[in-house]
Amino acid sequence: MPIAIQLPALSPTMSEGRITKWLKKEGDKVNSGDGLAECETDKSNLEIEATDGGTLLKIVVPAGSTSPVGGVIGWIGKPGEAIPEAPAPAAAPAAPAPVAAAPKPAPAAPAASAVPPKPAPKPVAAAPVAGEERLRVSPLARKMAETQGIDLASVPGSGPNGRIVKRDVEEAMASPAPAAKKSAPIVRAAPGVRQAPQDIALTSMRKVIAQRLGEVKPGVPHFYLTIEVEMDQALKLREEAKAQDLKISVNDVLVKATAMAVRKFPRINQFFAGDRIVQLNTVDVGVAVAIEDGLITPIIKDADVKGLAEIAQEVRELADRAKKKALKPEEYTGGSITVSNLGMFGIDSFIAVINPPQAAILAVGKVEPKVVVRNDAMVIRQMMSVTLSGDHRVIDGAVGAQYLQELRSLLEHPLRLLF
Amino acid sequence: MAELAYREALNQALAEEMERDPRVFLMGEEVARYDGAYKVSKGLLDKFGSARVVDAPISELGFGGLGVGAAMGGLRPVIEMMTWNFAILAMDQIVNSAAKLRHMSGGQLRCPIVFRGPNGAGGRLSSQHSQALEANYAHFPGLKVIAPGTPADAKGLLKSAIRDDNPVIFMEGELLYGVKGEVPEGEHLVPIGKADLKREGSDVTLITWSRMLTAVVLPAAELLAAEGINAEVLDLRTIKPFDAEAVAASVAKTNRVVIVEEGWGYAGFGAHIADFISRECFDDLDAPVTRVHGLDVNMAYAENLERLILPSAARVVEAVHQVLYR
Repeated sequence: MPIAIQLPALSPTMSEGRITKWLKKEGDKVNSGDGLAECETDKSNLEIEATDGGTLLKIVVPAGSTSPVGGVIGWIGKPGEAIPEAPAPAAAPAAPAPVAAAPKPAPAAPAASAVPPKPAPKPVAAAPVAGEERLRVSPLARKMAETQGIDLASVPGSGPNGRIVKRDVEEAMASPAPAAKKSAPIVRAAPGVRQAPQDIALTSMRKVIAQRLGEVKPGVPHFYLTIEVEMDQALKLREEAKAQDLKISVNDVLVKATAMAVRKFPRINQFFAGDRIVQLNTVDVGVAVAIEDGLITPIIKDADVKGLAEIAQEVRELADRAKKKALKPEEYTGGSITVSNLGMFGIDSFIAVINPPQAAILAVGKVEPKVVVRNDAMVIRQMMSVTLSGDHRVIDGAVGAQYLQELRSLLEHPLRLLF
Repeated sequence: MAELAYREALNQALAEEMERDPRVFLMGEEVARYDGAYKVSKGLLDKFGSARVVDAPISELGFGGLGVGAAMGGLRPVIEMMTWNFAILAMDQIVNSAAKLRHMSGGQLRCPIVFRGPNGAGGRLSSQHSQALEANYAHFPGLKVIAPGTPADAKGLLKSAIRDDNPVIFMEGELLYGVKGEVPEGEHLVPIGKADLKREGSDVTLITWSRMLTAVVLPAAELLAAEGINAEVLDLRTIKPFDAEAVAASVAKTNRVVIVEEGWGYAGFGAHIADFISRECFDDLDAPVTRVHGLDVNMAYAENLERLILPSAARVVEAVHQVLYR
């Protein structure tokens, strides 16, 4: 039976996507994992991969047309197989939501673009529907393999129908064959294991604060704190690095200091989730990047443990790709806090809007020489203003203030960034 | 600790609770002058008099309703059904009155009543008198359902049931009345809704209740031990509300489950436990949850067929081999 190709959700916020280009023609042979088409989502251009092998029987949504997530964009099957008139029941999403992208038989496809983008049922197609060699694994064995980093494909199953069960994983763990170890799934430079977030129940006081401030300031109740930072030492650091052919910007130093201060004040690293607060256990810093028609905030993951050179390189690389709209969703979603720097545009100071679900954002102005008082004498120092916008449901003024003090200390004594 | 038969343990619980609370009374067919069909109420008439140990006519719906009325009026009746097979006649009073009064009166009425009697096969009593009916009652909101498998649990749970302010369905094992065990004297209360680990093990969890515990599951665990399989035996004791925490803890430990129940498999209570495990303990499972239950037929009269229909230790051993992939 032909298998429907459904438009997968390529980002958490994606509800529809425009097919920009088909990489396969009708009649082409397709292997599982092959790129089928390119798709433009709300943020990036991404490739849609085949989850099943076979022949591309029909393109339902042609290049240039839009489909809702979960909509049928084409069919894969054996050559000559008839395509069902209505969406195949097996391919239909489990939700009762209307599967509006029914492939109309004759008058081709542009109709699909008229489909309401609203219902975004989770695409079932992402799971192997009828793959030839489905891996059978007991739930426990799957969990064990995941935590131990064992590649199940290399584990022989001894249960019925070749099911991989507990004892098989235990044997694979005992045998030191390095082949069984997974080759690091996602390339990430962060040392150690990233810790999962955890839920924190709302205290009754937190609940009242959130509710009352939410009444006064609906949405995310912002509050603002501003601090002036002396940047002479940070600039000196940049100059010294430059002398050693290391290109580091003030912003890179800022990202590192922001992250280290978050590590010290984990209250900043929380977000409000309605009935609870979620505590993030990794420090990932978003950097606002202006791009044509808008902005995007690529995330520097584990910025608290990365070195300055690594951060500098990553920021440059992500910003470049952001400008080309080539970021992957996992590169711009999540994050603990965002740094928005308008100093290069000559802005003295400003107030930034929080990027949910994060609970804080830093608005950074330009560095400029100012007359300040030190030891009862007027001196000239390189000053920069930092304004924190905090989500008051999660962060209180005192916590925000302590955080900014720590940030200032790190920036004014950049040697601390090494420790 | 004294060694008592299951029926003596129940008798002790009744006597102690009637002593403790003058509102408690016993009513049912032949409970007074005949000492009860299974001698559970032996000596209670002499001790407490005919106002508190009442022989009822053969009309389960009638005296079931009398009991509900007495409970509404402030007494704490214990209604003996000669067997749960006969209580089918009283279903309307149990389900439509007892289970719903508190809810329908907005909490103005209470129904602290215990319906008790033997449940399950009695041995060559044929289809009308050999039914394990706990799943029926577990289905209805408003009822608590208890099915103890040992004399000590029978005593402790009957005392808790009589003190409970809600209707309790107390199902005794018809073939358990003569089974003996150590029973703590005096104030021995077993909380409703708490399972009991009757045997610790590491390889598989056998979940059961009532007569299957001593008749089938513990003997099966011994057979398995001889093969080197270490089975954990969890006695639910209370069917509703069942001890979800204890079930989850044991599954997390052994990763494999066989549920053993005397009643029919189709919509049996074990299916509810299996449903719970598959949802709440999914990641701890190494094999599908498996059930051993009475065959889905009406009970045969012939002894050899009855043996085939009821769960056996051999069938439990077979199911354990299956979940262990042996």
